[in-house]
Amino acid sequence: MGALFEKLRQDIRFVEGLKACLNCGTCTAICPAAEFYNYQPRKLVDILQTRDDEKIEELLKSDTIWYCGECMSCVTRCPRNNAPGLLITALRSLSQEMGYFVESEKGRQQLAIKRTVGHWILKYGYCLYPSQITPENHPEQGPVWEWEFQNLEKVMERLGANYQKAGPGVLRAIPQEDLDEIKKIFDETGGTSRFEKIESFSRQKAEEMGIQLDDSLQNDYIKHIYTAVNKDHTTES
Amino acid sequence: MKLEGKRLIWNEYQKEIADDNYFYVRSCVRQNFFPAAEKTFLRYMKEFGKNVFENPSHTTCSGIGYHSDIVPIETAMTMVARQFALMTESGYENFVTSCITSFGLYTEILDTWHHFPEIEEKIRVHLRNATGREFVKPKNLAHASDVTFKLRKEISKAGKYRLVNQNTGEPIRVVEHIGCHYSRMFPSKGVGGAEYPYVLVGMIEEWGGEVIDYPERRHCCGFGFRQYLIKANRGYSISASKKKFESMKPYKPELILTNCPGCPMFLDRWQYTISEMEGITYGEKGQGIPVLTYEELAGLILGYDPWDLGLQVHQVPVEPLLDKIGIPYDPERKFLDKDENSIGKPKSPSFLKFY
Repeated sequence: MGALFEKLRQDIRFVEGLKACLNCGTCTAICPAAEFYNYQPRKLVDILQTRDDEKIEELLKSDTIWYCGECMSCVTRCPRNNAPGLLITALRSLSQEMGYFVESEKGRQQLAIKRTVGHWILKYGYCLYPSQITPENHPEQGPVWEWEFQNLEKVMERLGANYQKAGPGVLRAIPQEDLDEIKKIFDETGGTSRFEKIESFSRQKAEEMGIQLDDSLQNDYIKHIYTAVNKDHTTES
Repeated sequence: MKLEGKRLIWNEYQKEIADDNYFYVRSCVRQNFFPAAEKTFLRYMKEFGKNVFENPSHTTCSGIGYHSDIVPIETAMTMVARQFALMTESGYENFVTSCITSFGLYTEILDTWHHFPEIEEKIRVHLRNATGREFVKPKNLAHASDVTFKLRKEISKAGKYRLVNQNTGEPIRVVEHIGCHYSRMFPSKGVGGAEYPYVLVGMIEEWGGEVIDYPERRHCCGFGFRQYLIKANRGYSISASKKKFESMKPYKPELILTNCPGCPMFLDRWQYTISEMEGITYGEKGQGIPVLTYEELAGLILGYDPWDLGLQVHQVPVEPLLDKIGIPYDPERKFLDKDENSIGKPKSPSFLKFY
């Protein structure tokens, strides 16, 4: 048993997610990701069962582990109570801890998620925040969102929100002392360390790729990882 | 399988839902995209004499960050523990969440703590170190739709409208979409389980509609967390929704009813996007299929003004449904601000009938 497999076994989701797979393929049959991407949860579980560190390292550096949508449809259907969706969460955590995520196109996207959702959690106390959901980055939101975005305060007021104000209610301003508690939780539990690793490994990769990266959201590396599709990730069927 | 047989199976999955005194936590997605839905939930709960308390210090559970894998599990667990601590400090023991991602995360964490008490102890230490807070686990955990399901008969009795076409007398044809994290991982925690989720079906049937089955009824809407958050991955997301629309179209649904906060946003917005990309619409005469949250539908049944319910921020217009049921609305007031002043109007899409 290799060092990487041993690290995976320290993650409770790995312990809960992998009993003994009989390779029936039910997870692949039900998987929305398998329908779209060149991805088979059955194969992934099969690789993990080999306990072969070389193969696991290859997996951690690949696009494969980033295709899953974590819908957990596989969990309902597995006849042996395995949870490929949970194994994915353990693999993605380890890939980021080891810095392997920057070796794949899909893995590199983690920096863009950290600098949006991660930043918003700490700054606003919400995973999403309406002033940050720009029509430019979200054309699929359509003209109604564009109108709402341009009139955010008035629309939120009309809809009964307490947007950016004190007290309870929709999108209230979360008190600074509560935001401070969130930051302390992140410091205490490894959240801050995870963020720092995503930043640090991404900076090394940006330099290696020769793409400009600074602290903002508006730089070449972020634009690249947010939009790039340089190979066919989709399934052939 | 005979209908009676299905009902027997559903009966095996009737979860316990507290009667009153709820500690309410909000949803990041619902607050951003359907803010009036949460207001509506609190409005009808108050009208039915239920006590729902919101502590302004509660925050995101970090669920979207957790499921897009930037937030480690111990961080997510401690964020959830803090929400439980706020509930404890506020003197409540029935926890109600507006979000399915949160509901799934709370359920998963409580299950993990049940099987691995040493992890719960570790999280208690983390919470104490970071915030000085302590918590008692909820006596009852429910999603806001569970509570609405429990009130469905009262809503029906107090309602001004039924899910019935006023011109034909026929029931409105409704497809329901349950949201993956409601019961896929822990079927016994959702009304009706994972196989025959009954939480929305119960509302539709009680309020006079007809539930339409279709092949891809249980397929994911395609959120997929990172698969939507990153622009390069959105093909995954729209493809999943398109698969559902193509599958439901032959059954001519007149309404899509949703449980999870994200699903109505995707099932609404992707109809617009597909129409822009391919000129395809899924409703009648160039219209889309209206998509509602359960709070919005409950509000319509109770006779609330459609614009107070926030139906103006849906990209797929809901007016065809309102016309069928006979719910009055003033089109001139649709896009006005709180003081009835004009703040302009959204542009019309290229294909999807909007005005």
